[in-house]
Amino acid sequence: MASAMLSFASAAASASASLPVHENLKGKTKIGSVNFGSSVQERNPFGKTKHFGRVSMTVAVNVSRFEGITMAPPDPILGVSEAFKADTDEKKLNLGVGAYRTEELQPYVLKVVKKAENLMLERGENKEYLPIEGLAAFNKATAELLFGAENPVIKQQRVATVQGLSGTGSLRLAAALIERYFPGAKVLISSPTWGNHKNIFNDARVQWSEYRYYDPKTVGLDFDGMIADIKAAPEGSFILLHGCAHNPTGIDPTPEQWEKIADVIQEKNHIPFFDVAYQGFASGSLDADAASVRLLSARGMELLVAQSYSKNLGLYAERIGAINVVCSSADAATRVKSQLKRLARPMYSNPPVHGAKIVANIVGDPALFNEWKAEMEMMAGRIKNVRQKLYDSLSAKDKSGKDWSFILKQIGMFSFTGLSKTQSDNMTNKWHVYMTKDGRISLAGLNLAKCEYLADAIVDSYHNVS
Amino acid sequence: MNPRDSSLSPSPSDRRLSALARHLISPSEAGSRGGADVISRSLASSYSLAGGDSVFSHVSRAPEDPILGVTVAFNKDPSPVKLNLGVGAYRTEEGKPLVLNVVRWAEQQLINDRTRVKEYLPIVGLAEFNKLSAKLIFGADSPAILENRVTTVQCLSGTGSLRVGGEFLARHYHQHTIYIPKPTWGNHPKVFTLAGLSVKYYRYYDPATRGLDFQGLLEDLGSAPLGAVVLLHACAHNPTGVDPTLQQWEQIRQLMRSRKLLPFFDSAYQGFASGSLDADAQSIRSFVADGGECLVAQSYAKNMGLYGERVGALSVVCRTADVAGRVESQLKLVIRPMYSNPPIHGASIVAAILRDREMYNEWTIELKAMADRIISMRHQLFDALRGRGTPGDWSHIIKQIGMFTFTGLNSQQVAFMTKEYHIYMTSDGRISMAGLSSRTVPHLVDAIHAAVARAV
Repeated sequence: MASAMLSFASAAASASASLPVHENLKGKTKIGSVNFGSSVQERNPFGKTKHFGRVSMTVAVNVSRFEGITMAPPDPILGVSEAFKADTDEKKLNLGVGAYRTEELQPYVLKVVKKAENLMLERGENKEYLPIEGLAAFNKATAELLFGAENPVIKQQRVATVQGLSGTGSLRLAAALIERYFPGAKVLISSPTWGNHKNIFNDARVQWSEYRYYDPKTVGLDFDGMIADIKAAPEGSFILLHGCAHNPTGIDPTPEQWEKIADVIQEKNHIPFFDVAYQGFASGSLDADAASVRLLSARGMELLVAQSYSKNLGLYAERIGAINVVCSSADAATRVKSQLKRLARPMYSNPPVHGAKIVANIVGDPALFNEWKAEMEMMAGRIKNVRQKLYDSLSAKDKSGKDWSFILKQIGMFSFTGLSKTQSDNMTNKWHVYMTKDGRISLAGLNLAKCEYLADAIVDSYHNVS
Repeated sequence: MNPRDSSLSPSPSDRRLSALARHLISPSEAGSRGGADVISRSLASSYSLAGGDSVFSHVSRAPEDPILGVTVAFNKDPSPVKLNLGVGAYRTEEGKPLVLNVVRWAEQQLINDRTRVKEYLPIVGLAEFNKLSAKLIFGADSPAILENRVTTVQCLSGTGSLRVGGEFLARHYHQHTIYIPKPTWGNHPKVFTLAGLSVKYYRYYDPATRGLDFQGLLEDLGSAPLGAVVLLHACAHNPTGVDPTLQQWEQIRQLMRSRKLLPFFDSAYQGFASGSLDADAQSIRSFVADGGECLVAQSYAKNMGLYGERVGALSVVCRTADVAGRVESQLKLVIRPMYSNPPIHGASIVAAILRDREMYNEWTIELKAMADRIISMRHQLFDALRGRGTPGDWSHIIKQIGMFTFTGLNSQQVAFMTKEYHIYMTSDGRISMAGLSSRTVPHLVDAIHAAVARAV
């Protein structure tokens, strides 16, 4: 409200700036507040200023129309890297953003990606607009990668696939589809979940609520709570599920638990909505990491899947992903795809070509595809090694008898340490270890050499800070 | 699920039926359980749940995007003489897409640089790209830049910049109406409506003169609510090719400043319209020079031929550096839940070209060549129509500027040209000059001549 008043006042105020100087000195610089009950639709650009009750404001001339805008807080996840950069301590460790690092803690561009880019440049491909739905070869490859090329949903053409701006953009398209075609429907998100999920649904104007997921007592899955909350949700809700390597906890349901999750979803006619950001990156196997998605689609359910190639192909900045909608008929898939296009066009018209071509080239070439699988196994393997070393260091250094084995049970890039916000702050302030306030560390940013230091920091923060 | 079986609890499809039907029946009926059955029964016959009872049964098939749909139709046509004058993508004399030499040069440089990584860009994009883009559009010596009053964020080409700007205004600006010219690019109203603004039109094109309806423009902007947002095409108006003169721009600027109207420039053709980067930015620079605020959406799709890379930038020129800083922080809140951060490839190409003197010069030469070829097509088409004696005054073809010509042909004539002559263009009579060549001008002239000559 205040900004509206300021804006109205400034509208009147800066109008006087266009007067000749001598007019200004006649006292038009003092502006009373504008009664914002009245319409601003006056022909006289200098307006009539009224007093609003006994409040009157003096506003300087030439005030910005955006004067009332406040400084937004920094993004909690991406802001961590910014703070890390500013830290000059040599012991600093960035376990914030989930971007893979080598043992030397350097960013990594996959060899197979470089090969693909060289091929693309040699071929001299053009830069024409992609169709709104993206690169056809990419869409085909990504759906087949996710479901398996022989999957009935693919064979029967029941999947609507639209290239999206990595995971975020694909989730946003899905959210926009839900807002338009399922008004009043709710999305259930895990507690906790990736911090940006709620922002996406908020901006898309889709209601959301949480289902229990993380159990701090066990540093494991609150399975009964999860099932109960999914069961209690209104029929036809969308259930946001992490396909594998849950972010931020690293805790995934077991195959048996996935079956039970599928049962309750079917019972309540809910619609599964998968976020698959780590296919191949979690276990090292593309197929194993897609098991949950394939299990639910094998039940004949209609479902949504957002995919990202940021981590598994290291294509973070290229923004390449896809939204897939599995429908019960090919006709429904055609219609859904057309409506996804209708949502993408006023957002960015058509998606960027570069990342899509990289993926299509790699997946489409058997030799490159095999190379990719090997590099992905290497990345997943490094993270597993680091988990092991961290666990060993923690067990050795922590004499309290606390069970740190959850580090080994969790999977993927992240570990939910169980540290509280103040303990996480201690990690940063005392130990220069950068992580998110929810206690999440990115193991991708850790190497074997730093495990002992990190273990010291964790043990100190856990036991000495409350 | 049988919708007539009221003993079952409402299925998701019933709830959706209810939601839809609330528009059709009275609230009292809708609220009760009995009401739900009434809705179900009345709609059951028209609402088929056959086909596996999909939750997407109610999703209808959207029509093809009118502009991009032209290319879809063109691709399906087997005729050897077909001509695509739909989408505004540059074509060479040989009718081929063009990747600029300087762009290939930049890409080679990027690939050879072993220090390059693919880490996430910041939410606002590549910093160097943002700085260089601001300098390109505002001029390196622009006081707004020197005083740090501009925030520039990398976005997904022109569309993405417009959308982010629109969302920002819908959240933070007191006036939620945007005035757009009539006609305008077909995607403009959709972008702004989805961004949360309400769209109104101001008169722009005069079909009688095939030029600018300047009086109408002044009247409509003159009666817009104080502070309303106004979309301005910086140069090479799409679809008409009709631009205000410098004097007319000056009058527009004065009128807008006197009514506190907020300019939102769409700059998709800088350098591509006249061949001169500075000349094509003149409208924007004159607004910035008066110290006032504005938004600018920039696209590198055409002038650097980076169409599919989706490179662009949104700039907000503010009164003070402090405001600019705060505005930037709020732009980030719009971007993060939309796509987190922008794609790196195209922005890296642009930055490489703009920062290097030699590459920049090479770019300006290639850019001028594209602009010159289009101007030459205009003259060829005009001369050919005149030579053919096609009825009508076709001088607007050489008066209009940029990639497009608003021919003045009506939708029936367009449909005729498509059917009989395999000429693909948008139904508003807009043709992309970039899609023409010396070789294909005669065929287009035949088509126009036949369309104009036939009785409607």
